[in-house]
Amino acid sequence: MSAFVAIVKRDLTLALRRKNEVITSVFFFVVVAALFPLGIGPEMNTLRLVAPGILWVGALLASMLSLSRMFATDYADGTLEQMALSPNSLSLLVAAKILAHWLLSGLPLVLLAPILGLQFDLSANALWVLTLSLLLGTPVLSLIGAVGASLTLGVRGGDVLLSLLVLPLYVPALVFGAGAVQAEISGLGASAHLSVLAALVLVAAVFSPWASAASLRIALES
Amino acid sequence: MIQKLFFYASPQNFYPLAGKLWPVFACLATGLTVWGLWLGMFVAPTDFQQGQGYRIIFVHVPASWMSMVIYLAMAFWALLGLTFNTRLSGMMTKALAPTGAICAFLSLWTGALWGKPMWGTWWVWDARLTSELILFFLYLGHIALTSAIDDPRRADKAGGILALVGALNVPVIYFSVKWWNTLHQGASVSLTKGSSMAQVMLEAMLIMGIAFWMYAVAMALYRVRSIILVRERHTQWVAELPEVRAQMIKNTAGGANA
Amino acid sequence: MIWNSWSEFWAMGGYGLYVWGSFGATALCVALEVIWVKNARAQALTQISNELVAETNSKEWS
Repeated sequence: MSAFVAIVKRDLTLALRRKNEVITSVFFFVVVAALFPLGIGPEMNTLRLVAPGILWVGALLASMLSLSRMFATDYADGTLEQMALSPNSLSLLVAAKILAHWLLSGLPLVLLAPILGLQFDLSANALWVLTLSLLLGTPVLSLIGAVGASLTLGVRGGDVLLSLLVLPLYVPALVFGAGAVQAEISGLGASAHLSVLAALVLVAAVFSPWASAASLRIALES
Repeated sequence: MIQKLFFYASPQNFYPLAGKLWPVFACLATGLTVWGLWLGMFVAPTDFQQGQGYRIIFVHVPASWMSMVIYLAMAFWALLGLTFNTRLSGMMTKALAPTGAICAFLSLWTGALWGKPMWGTWWVWDARLTSELILFFLYLGHIALTSAIDDPRRADKAGGILALVGALNVPVIYFSVKWWNTLHQGASVSLTKGSSMAQVMLEAMLIMGIAFWMYAVAMALYRVRSIILVRERHTQWVAELPEVRAQMIKNTAGGANA
Repeated sequence: MIWNSWSEFWAMGGYGLYVWGSFGATALCVALEVIWVKNARAQALTQISNELVAETNSKEWS
């Protein structure tokens, strides 16, 4: 357990020393949320309709931007190899890195979303569901993204390749996340969607660290 | 029996086997295609609702089926490869991927061509077509990943993990897209007409389905032979192959003439 | 036989563009894929034979 906490603390410390990386992906979310209305038009009824999708896709893309950072720096300076060789389970250490990634990339989006949602004239209930759906959904994005990041570690053109790999796998989270907000808006209630999202988090939390660790070992042995 | 299977796990032993088998599958594919198309285009009657346009199902449905079957086959070989650490499994996965991607593309293309006269638009976000689109992206991602990694063993294993993760996700994706579609009151059309199809239509469709399958197997076997040649090019048995020797003679003859 | 004439066959009851567009695309993809795999094999054989020839040449001269 202490190894887990140590890795989380380490990743957070390292990232906060290079704050601009964290801030850039948050800033990306803000800009995207502002750009869409500029592209679509100021008609509030339209914006209210498209808001759940736009905000969710914006959060998804912002979260995806920072994925390659998850393992790249540690791979470059050899720390990843040390982690793999250590007596601690690599899956546990990877889970710690994923948690750190979520704290840095996912959580700020969750906290920002209600404010951005106001730009789209979402009701208070809808904003609450949006926050909750992102709170459940962004960990899924970090977890699935970790598998992609570990598969493309050190590969030429890795960033774009990572997006291509990971976006199809993001679809269920997107469907249920944005769908939750839409269900709330249309009065159907979001509990079903949120339950499925919660299930996705649990399943991903179990499988992703293991799959990522396996992929990391493959990347390290070559 | 298991001994036999492990015998063919060696690329050296599998190469001649694949060489003998692919023409068989190619012939089966051709024969079944001729039979299926004859049944479908010349025997099956006009559809009551869709007129002659329904005949697209004779390529659309087989292509969709194969895009899914091939993906499952890739996942199967990936699982074998990761479990037994066999080189050939990775080569088979690599050999299957392009055919699968082409089938997924054809499924989308023919689906659009079917949709335009039937529903009025080239694209419809119904659950099956959307899932097919995502499956196409999964194929492209797999091909991109395995091509981008230089080390073939790492490419095999990474591709294997991706194929497995993708295969496990496909039901989840399909379910979520189905949910997404029904809630949004999409066009509730079924692309296959279910059991209300005339017997001949169903027969022709199934025959075409098997024809596509035979074709996919033939392609995969032929392709894996080239992959084996390139991967195993530093071995003695490849250097002694008649086709390699023939090519070498052609090369030196060409060089001498230059 | 359900067609009264060849022109009826090609017209496909008005759906000709879509039906033949589908079958044509399929035939084209099959043809292209067959050419592609044949090329891949030829390339593989050329690459291997070139390497082997270069190897034997370098052995002769050393």
